[in-house]
Amino acid sequence: MDDLLKVSSNPHIRSKVNTMGIMFAVVLALLPAAGFGIYNFGIRALFIILVTVASTVLTEFLFGLYKKKQTIGDLSAVVTGLLLALNLPVSIPWWAAAMGGVFAILIVKCLFGGLGQNFMNPALAARCFLLISFPALMRNFTTDAYTGATPLAALKAGEDVDILHMVIGKTAGTIGETSLIAIVIGACILLLLGIIDLRIPGSYIVTFVVFLIFFGGHGINPAYLAAQLAGGGLMLGAFFMATDYVTRPITPKGQYLYGIVLGLLTGIFRVFGSNAEGVSYAIILGNLLVPLIEKITVPKAFGKGGGRYEK
Amino acid sequence: MKENSALERLYNGIAKENPTFVLMLGMCPTLAVTTSAINGLGMGLTTAVVLTLSNLIISLLRKVIPDKVRIPAFIVIIASFVTIVQLLLEGYLPDLNEALGVYIPLIVVNCIILGRAEAYAYTHGPVSSLFDGIGMGLGFTVALTCIGMVRELLGSGKLFGFSVMPDSFTPILIFVLAPGAFFVLAMLTAIQNFVKIRGEKQGKDMSKIGSGCSHDCLHCMDGSCADNQNEALFESAKEEEETEVKPETVRSREALKKQKKETPEKKQKRREEERQETEESMEFIDLDEEDE
Repeated sequence: MDDLLKVSSNPHIRSKVNTMGIMFAVVLALLPAAGFGIYNFGIRALFIILVTVASTVLTEFLFGLYKKKQTIGDLSAVVTGLLLALNLPVSIPWWAAAMGGVFAILIVKCLFGGLGQNFMNPALAARCFLLISFPALMRNFTTDAYTGATPLAALKAGEDVDILHMVIGKTAGTIGETSLIAIVIGACILLLLGIIDLRIPGSYIVTFVVFLIFFGGHGINPAYLAAQLAGGGLMLGAFFMATDYVTRPITPKGQYLYGIVLGLLTGIFRVFGSNAEGVSYAIILGNLLVPLIEKITVPKAFGKGGGRYEK
Repeated sequence: MKENSALERLYNGIAKENPTFVLMLGMCPTLAVTTSAINGLGMGLTTAVVLTLSNLIISLLRKVIPDKVRIPAFIVIIASFVTIVQLLLEGYLPDLNEALGVYIPLIVVNCIILGRAEAYAYTHGPVSSLFDGIGMGLGFTVALTCIGMVRELLGSGKLFGFSVMPDSFTPILIFVLAPGAFFVLAMLTAIQNFVKIRGEKQGKDMSKIGSGCSHDCLHCMDGSCADNQNEALFESAKEEEETEVKPETVRSREALKKQKKETPEKKQKRREEERQETEESMEFIDLDEEDE
């Protein structure tokens, strides 16, 4: 009886892409930045990464036990933990890093319904939670290797910065944000695998540069613009966090608009704010605007529009 | 417990219809001033005093105040008490007055006070209104003190101003800032709902403890909610109308059939019977309405 036709409802052809595959690719793409962080800041960076990943995965596991539905296998908790660690300074106490991991998964993700339901990027929300809760610990970028301020803070204070060091990543900062090269390698992996496209990062970065030309106070000064682009979490945010599937708009037009909003907010925070950095606040504020952005950029359904049949 | 008795009102205010955790009223002072347990306690007690006195006075004046200008009248009464309380605080507790700041004058527009005046004191006697005010005020105080204690403990490592955490504890500053207030309020409400739902699953009667209103009245089956009671009234009235109409139509069809065979004498007799029946049913409806 094996030659009977199997009758089932559609869909009949399924894509091989699944959440776990995407998350695994993101982890892979984050490895260069993480690896450079460990090389740059020493073994303690690895310890912080392990602590945050362990706390996010454990939190998701325990919540899964409580809900009797285990979602730990989709690797999203690993991505959240890794992203969070890359956004923390290496000197942060381990308990603060673990607290951030628990906050990201429990409060921001699981309580709102788990992966796909969170209205805000969990890793960034946790970073902002830690930034507000422990401002001194989160702004302590002094390590054995670096005693000075981060390049962005130096830039804001009007000091000169070494752009070559910023591109390679041999500067103070959070674990994963310093090396432009490592981040771009990761971003290329994601772009080549088709996991992200350039709509959001592209419009984000272009808007940010245009904003700086008009309001940055330096005009078209390549050194200043390059330092602003290479410094801080802009690249990490633009390629890895603004493009988060759950918290970005799904309409193509909306994605451009979202990138423009992020660029404007980041520019405003960096130029007019009291802090040198503003990427995380820009992205979580942008996350909150996503439902509105999607509402005004709904594509026309086939058959609608075209002018002739509009009333 | 007898309805509207002093004890029932106290229990209702503190637990069953706790203004903060159940009714979700007065959120502005709840979130703004609960940075420490002492502030929460002070704000709660200040509001309780104003609420109790304004409830009493409004209840006493409820037959004098014309319906159309009742809200301005409530506001004048409440504002008078707030002014008195504020002057007393300035004189005797200047520190607390400083800490609560603008939120003391804002008690005038606190929706718990206005809400109780409108929903309870204006339609009930002075004694039960007085205890309603005390109960609601204490419920508000308990809620604010709880939120204040959690926020103070986590945000500055203290409890009522005394250090209780070990020195190695680093205060989590977010809890004394605005976002922390939302986190703590949400968590405490969630814990209350968790206890309630678990109790219901075990078959206990948890109807005495209210839950956070989701404002989804369409799907809400909570019989203790005033809105739902109104709706139930409305629906029962509707049903009555329907049941009233149906037998009439049925009867008229039967009557039509009968009419063909009836003699004039019988007809008159039947009409009298029908009139009596309708009169009786009218009486029933009247009684029903009184019961409701």
